[in-house]
Amino acid sequence: MSRIEPIHPDSYADFLTRDELARIQLARLQENVALSYAHVDLTRRRMQASGIKPEDIRSLADLVRLPFMEKSDLRDTYPYGLFACPMRDVVRLHVSSGTTGKPIVVGYTADDLKVWTSVMSRTLSAAGVSQGDIIQNCFGYGLFTGGLGAHYGAEALGATVIPISGGNTERQLMVMQDFGVTCICSTPSYFLHLIEAIEATGSGFKNLKLRVGVFGAEPWTDGMRAHIQDRAGIKAFDIYGLSEIIGPGVATECACQCGLHVFEDHFLMEIVVPKTDQVLPDGEEGELVLTTLSKQAMPMLRYRTHDITSIIPEPCACGRTLRRIRRISHRSDDMLIIRGINVFPSQIEAALLKVENTLPHYQILLTSKQGLDQIEVQVEITEKMFRDRVSALEQLQKKLTNAIEHVVGLRIEVRLVEPQTIARSQGKAKRVIDQRTEGSEG
Amino acid sequence: MKMKQLSVFLENKPGRLIQPCKALADAGIDVLTMCMADTEKFGILRLIVKDWQRAQKILEMAGCVVNVTDVLAIEVPDKPGGLMGIPTLLEPGCLNIEYMYACNLKSGMNAVMIVRFDDPDRAIKVLHENGVNVLKTISF
Repeated sequence: MSRIEPIHPDSYADFLTRDELARIQLARLQENVALSYAHVDLTRRRMQASGIKPEDIRSLADLVRLPFMEKSDLRDTYPYGLFACPMRDVVRLHVSSGTTGKPIVVGYTADDLKVWTSVMSRTLSAAGVSQGDIIQNCFGYGLFTGGLGAHYGAEALGATVIPISGGNTERQLMVMQDFGVTCICSTPSYFLHLIEAIEATGSGFKNLKLRVGVFGAEPWTDGMRAHIQDRAGIKAFDIYGLSEIIGPGVATECACQCGLHVFEDHFLMEIVVPKTDQVLPDGEEGELVLTTLSKQAMPMLRYRTHDITSIIPEPCACGRTLRRIRRISHRSDDMLIIRGINVFPSQIEAALLKVENTLPHYQILLTSKQGLDQIEVQVEITEKMFRDRVSALEQLQKKLTNAIEHVVGLRIEVRLVEPQTIARSQGKAKRVIDQRTEGSEG
Repeated sequence: MKMKQLSVFLENKPGRLIQPCKALADAGIDVLTMCMADTEKFGILRLIVKDWQRAQKILEMAGCVVNVTDVLAIEVPDKPGGLMGIPTLLEPGCLNIEYMYACNLKSGMNAVMIVRFDDPDRAIKVLHENGVNVLKTISF
């Protein structure tokens, strides 16, 4: 590390002794369980069914006695069923896509927002960002947690925030150069797009002050990181989070770029064998399960993220005592993360069904381009859909794209293909064709 | 004098023409004229054949999606400005042409254009009124 990391006051929690941390964790866990039991019907019913009372949680080891929570729980209790406080105390709602049709809703009290701001300050601080930095925040502002999460964290850090959101490449480049931007927050795919635009200007990166990139909201490989760092001459950090838990700010890389430190004073982590209850020891790969420790509006107990990773037990060279997880490599369910948006094949099917009366044969083709996921939906054409006019077919393609965008919130390329070109196996079509290349090539 | 045209959906990928062409060749179907419309992602192969019902069955059996459309084959003087000699064809607001292509066969001294109008019945009437010859068949 050539640069001494400035430590923001909030970041002291990154360096607690493991004993101090454990004491805070237990007190907060007990509080969360009591709150959930008292106010969340679903949690209370499940705890009663397995004969557990809040007072049975006497140590952190008792965590395993608690029931798991799933994404479907958020859908089933839509919109406010998992809230543990009266609506008058909820000061913010965010929405992300669910498994089908209805989205999922997450709520925050004023104190929840303080926690979120704090973990995002610590995230940016770990990436070497501090007061004096000028941050171009390209994460989407709005229902998505990325934009506002990074925004308040950056402001609390004392940095200058440009709330530019995504889109309008020309203006992004102008702002980056004219405002002397030193740090960019975005999805890796969007930054890759900006790199290409910057290189096309001729002067490239030499007139820019950019030195740090904070990237998240979608999976990206180490190869992609090397590619970004080489081409842009910046240091690129991976951050991790999910709306159900808080948004961005669950875990982050430090200057060592060797795994993501989980903010364990606010989130407990476990690794379990997917589809089972079996908890795995540190170092073994499995599904990440997270428990919130300080969330009031929507406390989550043992939430199954479906993200596959492992805990790195060894201490980090940066001195943080917070344990790390390896970068997320894949998922245990069929959820895809495309340009920061969660996409389920079932959503695409539902959207296609709305356009045509009969179930069209379709498949979702996944490929990787420079370490990033690309998606295309292929729909087999039928007699009923086929028209002799090019404009009619282009309109149909557009209609299908719009229908998917309406449900998923993402423009996905739709390609009409010839009949019988999508492979059927024993009558059941394989819906997702994954041609993504594994590992780290860029 | 509407004529039946077969349209076949094709993906815009190398080798996609082989399947329909081979099926027609194997069945001994004579293609009178054809054209390809293409976009970035897909194409439409348009065919005028002698026995369109049989050709349709053969193409469908070969796994193609086929659409049958009414088109008109009209005579156009085979000389510079020949198309301009048919005022009603090109004048705005008169007849609406979806697309057209030239036929490789001639009708006497005239060239033959295959035209898809949005309203073929009205087109026949208007063309007749203006003395334009709409062919019954091009299988000469």
